Amino acid sequence: MADPITPVLTKRWLSPNSWRLSTYEQLEGYTAIKNALRKPQEQIVALIKDAGLRGRGGAGFPAGVKWSFMPQTSDPARPHYLVINADEGEPGTCKDIPLMMADPHSLIEGCIIASYAMRANHCFIYVRGEVLHCIRRLHAAVREAYDAGYLGNDILGSGFDLDITVHAGAGAYICGEETALLDSLEGRRGQPRLKPPFPAAAGLYAKPTTVNNVETIATVPYIVNGGSDWFREMGTEKSPGPKIYSVSGHVENPGQYEAPLGTTLRELLELAGGMKDGVPLKFWTPGGSSTPLLTADHMDVPLDFEGAAEAGSMLGTTAIMVFNETVSVPWAVMKWTRFYEHESCGKCTPCREGTFWLAQVLERMVEGRGTEEDIDTMLDVCDNILGRSFCALGDGAVSPIESGIKYFRDEFLALCEDNKAKQSDSALVGASA
Amino acid sequence: MTESTEVFDADIHAKAAEIIGRYPVARSALLPMLHLVQSVQGYVSQEGISFCAEQLDLTDAEVSAVVTFYTMYKRKPCGEHLVSVCTNTLCAAMGGDAIYKKLAGHLGENGTPLGHEQTSGTPGEQGSITLEHAECLAACDLAPVLQVNYEYYDNQTEQSAVELVDALRKGERPQPTRGAPLTDLKSAEQQLAGFFPDEEQFTADVDGPSAAEETLRGATLAQDRGWVAPAMRDEEANHG
Ligand SMILES: Cc1cc2nc3c(=O)[nH]c(=O)nc-3n(C[C@H](O)[C@H](O)[C@H](O)COP(=O)(O)O)c2cc1C
Ligand code: SF4
Ligand code: FES
Repeated sequence: MADPITPVLTKRWLSPNSWRLSTYEQLEGYTAIKNALRKPQEQIVALIKDAGLRGRGGAGFPAGVKWSFMPQTSDPARPHYLVINADEGEPGTCKDIPLMMADPHSLIEGCIIASYAMRANHCFIYVRGEVLHCIRRLHAAVREAYDAGYLGNDILGSGFDLDITVHAGAGAYICGEETALLDSLEGRRGQPRLKPPFPAAAGLYAKPTTVNNVETIATVPYIVNGGSDWFREMGTEKSPGPKIYSVSGHVENPGQYEAPLGTTLRELLELAGGMKDGVPLKFWTPGGSSTPLLTADHMDVPLDFEGAAEAGSMLGTTAIMVFNETVSVPWAVMKWTRFYEHESCGKCTPCREGTFWLAQVLERMVEGRGTEEDIDTMLDVCDNILGRSFCALGDGAVSPIESGIKYFRDEFLALCEDNKAKQSDSALVGASA
Repeated sequence: MTESTEVFDADIHAKAAEIIGRYPVARSALLPMLHLVQSVQGYVSQEGISFCAEQLDLTDAEVSAVVTFYTMYKRKPCGEHLVSVCTNTLCAAMGGDAIYKKLAGHLGENGTPLGHEQTSGTPGEQGSITLEHAECLAACDLAPVLQVNYEYYDNQTEQSAVELVDALRKGERPQPTRGAPLTDLKSAEQQLAGFFPDEEQFTADVDGPSAAEETLRGATLAQDRGWVAPAMRDEEANHG
């Protein structure tokens, strides 16, 4: 059994100036590329497959498998690209930004190895625009890496060339969706593309492209150094490795906890000092607002991809938002729905219209003007969004609503009852006047 | 309409060209170039749109369609500082909604609260502040958070937020919890376009604080308890 906390990605975070190249080099930094650049590309792809590394951006797709979709030849007319998804905008998610602030070189080293393995000579880091300090650190780290010969031409005499461009976004959650991100990186409105073709066939500039999350790629150097068996000493059979759990909300010690995949909420709460002021837990998300809510009955669900799915939710980004008894579920659901309404890109009707109406109904309900039929109307609208939207934002938007009603229907009903009572009261007043 | 060349000098033209040089296809430069334009005027004006269109061989309409898609591009002149309060659910439940409401009232005039993306004071002048509510800022463990010019002020209260904007109005620049010493919105936008101050200042900025207690909690707990990840075997490290 691994320890309750397994600092791998977070192991340098306590070191002074952990973001500097000198610190990184003192703590085994840039040893994995020396190892990797000597090997055939296929061997690295196979290693990542064997390790079972699954994407940390939400969907959990096996990284090695994704890499193997890239053409295994180099054609100067069809350059390959690696694009790092650093758009971190899923509500509750707050792991990639601190990772890049604390240890940007681990991401850069991962980019070098992944680019080499996929025969890409240009890598883009698409980072959301609202995180200036993080962007500054990335620029500084990229400069340091160029100066030290880890980037540019003929890296460490290996014959491999790589350029990294740090690209700041401009405030749009949908740009985290990988094909919207590519459109945005091409200087367009960030709207999702039809798939297929998948990015490995036609991605950035219609060239073979892989999009991976920050945490996914930052994990790669450790796998190269430690091997797949070492990686599998943490986590579960189908969800191996360590994972940064971001615990926020009504707990004593919110923060970033890097633990083996499969850790439960009960264990995480213990690490985080328990519920704030002892006020009991009411609901929580395992991986951001797009993953269905869970309750105090789910404290022992293993938080890996399989466990979260079996419990009727999703692992998502392991953004554990914890809410205590004082928080109204209809209110929280209304707030999230407004978010999806605001962030819907407008490309498809179910999501554009659906999120608008859902927000209207929920606002009315929270203000105490809802009816029981509204609950059914909402579930109906959700049915029409789920699986019928162009991208997964639509699916995510219905998660809080459906799960909120599933577990806390009484709370929605209570708001309607209040409303009914008020209406009949005023009817009585009217009658007696 | 003013000619874009009157607003954007040779230096900005050179910077625009430099941005284009970062990409295999010129149009990719549009988002950073719009940040550059905002660094000059504090918003994306019609001249700013034409400027980008000229550099990238696009039509004004094509650039406009992009500008309106992204919330960070402002269509009206902004204050010296942009204050963004996270009001997404987690922060809101932890006090973010109350902070936003408090600031809107505090910065408003004659009993009318300041609206979303409205400015207190004369845009561009010292002490002027544009207020907005923001979606999740990827700092939920430090909730409730707000940003000034996209630098983080963590674990805010109504009182700390009011003190912060009062200081800004007086021309002071309180240090962010995590970030470089505060400048103004235009300077921040220049950095978002990928242009940073000279070496000495840049080094100081980069080394500005980031290590919040919350960020380090897991790592600190592991250190205190002696918890570690499984050891890597040496032969793996050497031969893999
Ligand atoms: C609306 C929406 C927003 C997303 N936002 C992000 C994000 O901010 N960061 C991220 O890595 N993935 C995000 N994703 C997932 C990406 O589409 C993609 O699956 C991921 O970047 C792939 O990387 P991975 O395989 O390494 O996880 C988002 C998906 C959707 C539908
Ligand atoms: S589901 Fe929503 S965000 Fe996705 S394409 Fe449709 S409108 Fe856009
Ligand atoms: S909800 Fe405010 S930073 Fe995430």
